[in-house]
Amino acid sequence: MALAKITQIAGRGVYVPGNDIDTDRIIPARFMKCVTFDGLGEFLFYDVRKNADGTDRAHPLNEARFKGATVLLSGANFGCGSSREHAPQAIQKYGFRAVVAENFAEIFFGNCTTLGMPCATASRADIAKIAAAIEKNPQIEVVVDVAQQEIRFGDQSVKAEVRAAARDALVNGRWDAIGELLDGMTAMKAKAQGLPYLAA
Amino acid sequence: MPKSLFEKVWDAHSVRTLANGQTQLLIGTHLIHEVTSPQAFGMVRDLGLKVAMPHRTFATVDHIVPTDQFAEPYRDELAQAMMNELRKNCAEFGITFFDRASGKQGIVHIVGPEQGITQPGTTIACGDSHTSTHGAFGAIAFGIGTTQIRDVLATQSMALGKLKVRRINVTGHLRPGVYAKDVILHLIRILGVNGGTGFAYEYGGDVFDRFTMEERMTVCNMSIEGGARAGYVNPDETTFAYLKGRPYSPQGASWDAAVTRWKSFASDAGCHYDDVVNINAADIAPTVTWGINPGQAISIRESIPDPTKVTAVDEKASIEEALAYMKLTPGAPIKGTKIDVAFLGSCTNGRLSDFQEVARFIKGRKVAAGVKAIAVPGSQIVAIQCEKLGLDKILAEAGFEWRSAGCSMCLAMNPDKLIGDQLCASSSNRNFKGRQGSTTGRTILMSPLMVAAAAVTGSIADAREVFALNN
Ligand code: SF4
Repeated sequence: MALAKITQIAGRGVYVPGNDIDTDRIIPARFMKCVTFDGLGEFLFYDVRKNADGTDRAHPLNEARFKGATVLLSGANFGCGSSREHAPQAIQKYGFRAVVAENFAEIFFGNCTTLGMPCATASRADIAKIAAAIEKNPQIEVVVDVAQQEIRFGDQSVKAEVRAAARDALVNGRWDAIGELLDGMTAMKAKAQGLPYLAA
Repeated sequence: MPKSLFEKVWDAHSVRTLANGQTQLLIGTHLIHEVTSPQAFGMVRDLGLKVAMPHRTFATVDHIVPTDQFAEPYRDELAQAMMNELRKNCAEFGITFFDRASGKQGIVHIVGPEQGITQPGTTIACGDSHTSTHGAFGAIAFGIGTTQIRDVLATQSMALGKLKVRRINVTGHLRPGVYAKDVILHLIRILGVNGGTGFAYEYGGDVFDRFTMEERMTVCNMSIEGGARAGYVNPDETTFAYLKGRPYSPQGASWDAAVTRWKSFASDAGCHYDDVVNINAADIAPTVTWGINPGQAISIRESIPDPTKVTAVDEKASIEEALAYMKLTPGAPIKGTKIDVAFLGSCTNGRLSDFQEVARFIKGRKVAAGVKAIAVPGSQIVAIQCEKLGLDKILAEAGFEWRSAGCSMCLAMNPDKLIGDQLCASSSNRNFKGRQGSTTGRTILMSPLMVAAAAVTGSIADAREVFALNN
C-alpha cells in the first residue's frame, strides 16, 4: 500500500483555547451511535459549539473568518479521556489536516498518526504567538513542517516537535501500519506458537 | 538481568521491530464491543482481509444496551443497528459473542476476568480506554483506537512504542471507609491527569498485596485517567485463586503448568524502574472530585478550591472553568453539596464486592426524597451473584432501582441519562463535561459507599459519619 509522505501541512489555522480538552468534548458519546465514521465532522465539538436548540454558541469554529482552516491549535493534554477514534476522525472529517498543542494524550496521538494527521507539540508561548497572528489575520498561511519540526506563519517561525516514531512514519509514508504488520504475519504466527496460551 | 513484568511480557510478545522503530507486538487476547468495532470490521472487509485469530477474539455488548429493556428491538433504532452489526460481524468471522441471551454479557472489562479470559503474562487489546483494568491480573492491556482494532483483527498484532515503567508503592493500612477507588483518585490527584504519559504503572506494596482482585481492578481501571497507557499488579496467589475454575482458565494438568508460567512473569526483585512513587496508605482519605477531570479531586473534609487563592495562571483558569461548569462555590466545603442522582455501577465499581459493601451499610436506610438512585451490575453474572445474596432486594428497599447489566449512566449512550444540570454522585470513572448524557449534567466521582452515603443524605457526605464507621 503506497501511502502519502506527509512532510508538511499548509493551510489556515484556528485556535481553540483550553487545556485537558477530552475526547468526550471533541465528539460527544451520543454521536458514536454509528457504524461508519462518515458524517462525524459536523458533530465536532458539538456541545460547546451549539445550544440545546441547535443555534450557535460563541466558539472559534463557528466564526466565518476561520472557516476552511486545516490546522487546529489548542492547549495542554489535548485529546485526553476515551480512546474513541471517533474524535480524530471527527477532526479529520471536519477538514483539519494537522493538530498543534502543548502536548497530547497518548492514545489520541497514536490514533491521529495512524490517520496520517500529524500532531505537533509547541510551547505555550509559541502557540500563543501563532494564535495572535491568526487572530490578526485569519488568512495567514500556517505551515506545520513535520520533517523540519517547525511551524511557519507569515514571516515568523517557531520550533515544534513531532515524536521520532510518528515523524518517521509520516514523512516516509508509513503512518498506516497495516502493510508492515501484514508482512510480519509469518513471524507473528511463529511467536504465537511459542506461547502456550496461544499455541494451536 | 532482573526484569519487570512489563519487560517480560513485552519481550515474550515482540514479533519484530518496524521501520519506524516501533515494535510489532503480538496481541494474545482481543476484546471487542459494539461501539468501536463496526468501522474496524468495515476496514477489514474493504481491504479484503480476514480475522487472523477469531478464537482469540471475544465480543460483548455493553455501551448501548438499555438497562430496563431486554427484548429487542430496542426503542433506540441506532442502538439496535449497532447490536445487529456486532452480531453480524461475529457470525461472519467466527468470533465468540457474549450476547445477552448467553447470560454472560456485561461490560467488557468485567466479562474478560469473569470468564477467565484475562490471564497473567498475556497481552490484551480492546477498543476502549479502560482496558487497563485487565492489568490487575499481571497482563499488559492496552486501550486502542478503531484503526488499531482493524490491525489486531487482521494481524493479531499492532505497532507500538515501548513504555517506561513507574512503580507505585502503597504501604501501610487504609483507614476504615477508604477504598481502592480512593487510592486511585488520590494517586491521580497527586500525579496529575497526564502524569502517566509514556508510562505503564506497576502498582505494589502491602496494600496491593492484600487487595482482592476486584480492588486491584478498580485501581488498574483508572490508570488511563492518570495518563498511563497501562497499569498492572504482579500476579500472586490471590490472582491464581480468582482464576481457578473459570470457564476459560486452564484446567487439570495444564493448570499447574500455567501457574508456574504465570509466576515467572512477575517482576524480579531489583529490576529497573524508570520512576518510583511511594504513598503512605494512612494519608489517603475518602476522595471526591469537584471538577471536570478525575484529577480535580479533594478529600471529603476539604473545601472546594478557590481560584482567587491560586497564583499559577493555568491552575486558576482550569479551576474557574471547572467551577463555572460544576456551579459550585469556591471555598465552600464539598460536603453538603446537594445531589439529584446516585449511580452505582460501571467497569470501575460495578462488581459483586461493590454492591456487597453498599448493601451491608445501606440495609434499613432509605434514599433521600427527590434523589433518583440506580444500581447497575457490571455483568449478567454479577447481577445473578447479587440476586442470589439478596443484595438487589436490600438496594431496592433502600430506594435504588436495580437494573440489568451494562455501562448505563457511566457515559449514557443508552437511555440512562442525567437531565439538565442534575448533579450525580457516581461510582464511575469520568467526570468530563457532558459525560453522563446531559450537556450541562454534573458528575462527582467517589467510591460506592460514598455514593450510598450521598444517596441516603441527599448530599455529598462522609460515609464514615453516615454509616458510623470507625476512624
Ligand atoms: S463502564 Fe464506562 S468507562 Fe467502563 S467501558 Fe463502559 S462506558 Fe467505558
